[in-house]
Amino acid sequence: MSTIKINIVSSSEEIYTGEATMVYATGTLGELGIAPGHTPLLTGLAAGPVRVQNGSEEEAFFCSGGFLEVQPDLVTVLSDTAERADSLDEAEAIKAKETAEQELANKDATLDYAKASAQLAEAVARLKTIQKLRKKQ
Amino acid sequence: MANTKEVRKQIASIKSTQKITSAMEMVAASKMKKTQDTMLEGRPYSLKIKDVISHIALASSEYPHPFYEERTPKKACFIVVSSDKGLCGGLNINLFKQVIAKSAELNEQDIESCFALIGTKASAFFKSVGGEVLAVAEKLGDKPNPDDLIGLTKVVLDMHKNGDIDQAYLCSNGFVNTMTQQPNVEQLIPLAPEEHDESSLTQWDYIYEPEAKELLDGLLTRYIESLVYQAVIENNACEQAAKMIAMKNATDNAGDLIKELELLYNNVRQAAITQELSEIVGGASAV
Repeated sequence: MSTIKINIVSSSEEIYTGEATMVYATGTLGELGIAPGHTPLLTGLAAGPVRVQNGSEEEAFFCSGGFLEVQPDLVTVLSDTAERADSLDEAEAIKAKETAEQELANKDATLDYAKASAQLAEAVARLKTIQKLRKKQ
Repeated sequence: MANTKEVRKQIASIKSTQKITSAMEMVAASKMKKTQDTMLEGRPYSLKIKDVISHIALASSEYPHPFYEERTPKKACFIVVSSDKGLCGGLNINLFKQVIAKSAELNEQDIESCFALIGTKASAFFKSVGGEVLAVAEKLGDKPNPDDLIGLTKVVLDMHKNGDIDQAYLCSNGFVNTMTQQPNVEQLIPLAPEEHDESSLTQWDYIYEPEAKELLDGLLTRYIESLVYQAVIENNACEQAAKMIAMKNATDNAGDLIKELELLYNNVRQAAITQELSEIVGGASAV
């Protein structure tokens, strides 16, 4: 029986890799069944199970969203670690901006190159001195 | 000449510092193992998403994505990945030096710079030297969650979408080995188009479900996010390695200092004894 390679990964780990005779997943537009030799397909995944069938064996993984790529001999599932919604992403973005504003309140918006180089040069000199002192001993 | 009590006190104080630095060295060594594991765990995703992105680049897609578009650059954004804690040698300083050099180079070509900062050290540095800061993400811990970086990445990508910035650079330390960390400034946007040979350029395209634009937007955003996340966890591994080396050096230095001081202590003690003896002998002969 012909098989198709399947990789399931999330950003923090490799979840599954192996061969399958059939892969079932929940796309954003509905259930998908992928057999070996499927035409190239790119789709978003909705939260739901991804089932990998190899002969009579079947394994299921939960996927909270992400992307699915199909090549004739390869299926790649890029799973998100958490459910993503535009509103939540927006909230995160606002948080990052606010942190920036709080952290850097009342300071100059133009980068002072001279000051930056001077500060870095001083820090480097300090490190070098320590290294020199160490070599002398 | 110093008296024995003073020298003893100094030795005791250095010994207690040495205890702290050697404890920190051991902590860093054990954390280094963990951060390296995290770094390796993240690799499969970044490799797979890279594969998918390169497949997409090969497909004759109906929708050219703005991330590939070369605009005349007017403003660039630097995403700077630093550590949250210090005591790790020149790790952050070497990186900032590269960032400032690159930014000054762009400045000469009339390209403005702005910054998105990850880590307390970066925000402290840019707080003191100025610079337009778009977003900050800090205190991510030893095992950062990819979701903690979504906000910062989104701020940068939104700025790019609105045309406020034309380029983005990712600045972080690359982990070569325990002894060596390499500061890198890499161009993130526009994405470099994949090199491919003519033979593979057959006419095919994906079936997109739903729209190509929506899908590619999402996928390329994930790709950029994964690059930033990978940079953060790699930087973490670098931090622990650099800290371990820095603390090992500090412990060794403390050992050397203690040896010197002990020599001094013995000298002082012997001198005191000799003096006392000569006084007794002198006193006895006077009687």
